[in-house]
Amino acid sequence: MSLMKRISLIFRAKADKALDRAEDPRETLDYSYKRQLELLTKVRRGVADVATSRKRVELQAAQLQQQSDKLTEQAQKALSMGREDLAREALTRKSALTGQMSDLQAQHAQLQGEEEKLTLASQRLQAKVESFRTQKETIKAKYTAAEAQTRINEAFSGISEEMGDVGMAVQRAEDKTAQMQARAGAIDELIASGALDDASSINRGDDISRELEAMSSQSDVESELAALKAGTNGGAGQQALEAGDTTPPATQVGEARKEGEPS
Amino acid sequence: MIVRILAEGQWEVGEDRLDGLNRLDDALEAAVEAGDRETFSQSLDALLAAVRAEGTPVPDDSLVASDLVLPPADATLDEVRELLGDDGLIPG
Repeated sequence: MSLMKRISLIFRAKADKALDRAEDPRETLDYSYKRQLELLTKVRRGVADVATSRKRVELQAAQLQQQSDKLTEQAQKALSMGREDLAREALTRKSALTGQMSDLQAQHAQLQGEEEKLTLASQRLQAKVESFRTQKETIKAKYTAAEAQTRINEAFSGISEEMGDVGMAVQRAEDKTAQMQARAGAIDELIASGALDDASSINRGDDISRELEAMSSQSDVESELAALKAGTNGGAGQQALEAGDTTPPATQVGEARKEGEPS
Repeated sequence: MIVRILAEGQWEVGEDRLDGLNRLDDALEAAVEAGDRETFSQSLDALLAAVRAEGTPVPDDSLVASDLVLPPADATLDEVRELLGDDGLIPG
């Protein structure tokens, strides 16, 4: 038997089994309608949950972007101070972040896709539930239990199939979101551990910032020392000029840091 | 003939299209049996694209049962195998 037919049969059998039929088919109508409304609530909650996850991923991506920009800035500073090793370290950290960021982008796209799918599923289900309600009222008003049986079969199989489909879509979205939340949790931990600095810790500074800062003060000391030497020893004049050359970038670094600080 | 693509909706497809769909279905089935992931996702895409292109969407408020049910577009080979197995995929 073809794959389509096998899937169809299995799916229909399960959807049909999910319907608890009462002795009086008119009671089954009411019961099924109640279940439909529950499912509608569930799928709407599903949409909200996926949206929450999507927003969390957006927030994390923004934090990582901020951190990445900061590392670029640090690499530039380090290079301007002739510390290629430090610049390399900053860029290495940045490249680790790039991997995380593209992972987050992929997650974001997936969550957005799930959100759209569930939103459409909820609209479809809503339209079908409304249509079922109308038919249900007509059937209850017009027919005896025996007559109702034949009338409701089509409506029943139509709605139960939709419910099976939507139930499955909600389940899949939940599974996917749960997987992503585990990964999002790992990134939150990484940010919290200080392995990546988040925006709030810029003031505290990380090891690269501290080293750059130490270098600035070190170079201030050196230039002052050189100036002192120049005063006592004529031969040290040239050296003082060279040492003086390193001062302006150091000053710029100091200014850039102040500008970079959040108010 | 009514065809449902899971997580997407239902389409009304003319009976005269069935042969074409069956050929695409055979390719998909072969891929599932062979466990060939790449061919699987290509055949699934082709089958679903044919349904969407050749069918007319069934209105949202219509309550009709489908003659054929197809896996969701993003289904993996494992999920389709699970769908064919007996692992209560439909909650409730």
